[in-house]
Amino acid sequence: MLDMFLDTLQQGLIYGLVVLGIYLSFRILNYADLSVDGTLPLGAAVAASMIIAGFNPWMATLIATIAGALAGLFTGFLHTKFNINPLLTGILTMTGLYSVNLLIMGRANLPLLGQKVIFTTPLAIEERTFTISFLLILITLTIGFLYWFLETEVGLALRATGNNQKMITCLGVNTDNMKLLGLALSNAMVSLSGALLSQYQGYADVGIGIGTIIGGLASLIIGEVLLSNGNILRDLVAVALGSVIYRLVIAIVLRMGLPPNMLKLMTTFIVIAALAAPNLKEKFMIKRGYRSYVNS
Amino acid sequence: MLIVNDIKKTFNRGSINEKTALNGVTLHLKKGDFVTIIGSNGAGKSTLMNAISGEFFLDQGSIIIDNQDVTFASQHERAKMIGRVFQDPMVGTAANLTIEQNLVLALKRGEKRFLKRAISHEIRDLFREKLKILGLGLEDNLTQKVGLLSGGQRQALTLIMASLIKPKILLLDEHTANLDPKTAEKVLEVTRKIIKEGELTALMVTHDLKQALTYGNRIIMMHEGKIVADLKGEERRKTTVTTLLNLFERNSGRELLNDRMLLV
Repeated sequence: MLDMFLDTLQQGLIYGLVVLGIYLSFRILNYADLSVDGTLPLGAAVAASMIIAGFNPWMATLIATIAGALAGLFTGFLHTKFNINPLLTGILTMTGLYSVNLLIMGRANLPLLGQKVIFTTPLAIEERTFTISFLLILITLTIGFLYWFLETEVGLALRATGNNQKMITCLGVNTDNMKLLGLALSNAMVSLSGALLSQYQGYADVGIGIGTIIGGLASLIIGEVLLSNGNILRDLVAVALGSVIYRLVIAIVLRMGLPPNMLKLMTTFIVIAALAAPNLKEKFMIKRGYRSYVNS
Repeated sequence: MLIVNDIKKTFNRGSINEKTALNGVTLHLKKGDFVTIIGSNGAGKSTLMNAISGEFFLDQGSIIIDNQDVTFASQHERAKMIGRVFQDPMVGTAANLTIEQNLVLALKRGEKRFLKRAISHEIRDLFREKLKILGLGLEDNLTQKVGLLSGGQRQALTLIMASLIKPKILLLDEHTANLDPKTAEKVLEVTRKIIKEGELTALMVTHDLKQALTYGNRIIMMHEGKIVADLKGEERRKTTVTTLLNLFERNSGRELLNDRMLLV
């Protein structure tokens, strides 16, 4: 049981970076960016290929992160320069990246057996303890960075771009640049997550990206519903924790006998329920209010 | 301060919805001018505002602000020179951000923004001082989300934001039209104060003839994309609501029938 929890915690922390990235694009920038389904495996592909080619795993992870930022810039470029619908820009990037990822890896699955990875402990600590500490530090640093960034002059301009584009344009901000910056940052985080994921799992697979966005959204919503109160630091912590909780829920239902093939369907229903709930609640309250008015 | 030189703009050219919104508008504003603009719906008042602020590029003509030709400058490039308040109170402020965050965004209007913490103690003191003019108590709630404010409060805040960095031109596009009469009056009073104290050059669109007569030193009447009357100096001082109604009838060949205008 403890084993299951600790393994899930590691996954949740790794995917926490994805959720923070999605928080940045969906919530802060108000840009429904689907490129993440492509940038997660991109990070995995770049990191795994470089490690196999003999590069230092830290270097490989860094380059993978930068690759994600570039993919995010590409998505933003499609929207800002050619005025393509945001949803479509993400789908285009995601689809294109599938081929790119195969090109980078040379095949669909790249095992990292016996390779020195970022989690290979340099000290005499147990590997899992090392991994968890490493991930906890990383996610804390990421949250700290985002919190600091979003309170800077540039960060506030980015938040205003997602909130009220007309207003911030009138205040002299080029919103195109803000979108490019936000998408680059967001996808860099997702790609970093992919790089870590491949090293954690011991392989990179071209298929690991499928459903990233839905899983990320489910985590985001779980975190927000349970812990968020509108304060930005609290939001950041909430969505990262949402990722851990989501992975725990998955681990539990799998243990309870849900066939793994049904996972995506379950996630879809979680997201649908979360999105539909406020709507249904409002309708219900209006009807109830009307009835009590009529009956009184 | 502002030169609008024979500008023309047609939207949806060649389609069934073709609409010539500006049909040769020429306007010269001196420093410190406070001009009110009146005219029926679709006269081109808001389009003129949008043209000056650069929301679209012109078909013809040029716009010069403070000796600088901005005809082909994009909206964010001319932002440094222009302060704006819109009709819709939701447009001028970012609802998800706090009062001080909105203000600090306005404090950097048209300036380069850096990766440094935006809000400091000195900046907060400055904001408190500026917000005191409003007398709405906003200075005590700097960290409140703007989305929780009323329309009037948001509009007043937008006014402060538009004048935080002194603009070359202040554009007010029916900025009190969506407010209840009492709040509207209050916001107008603040407007007058800010314009007077900052010695700003301002253009104010209004549907309210009385407002047009009470405020400013010059009245411009627009009709079908053109300026049909320009009252200033002695002529402006003698103008009454009747003068304006007659002027409109003569220029457009029909009466200025608009409930909102006649009720005042």
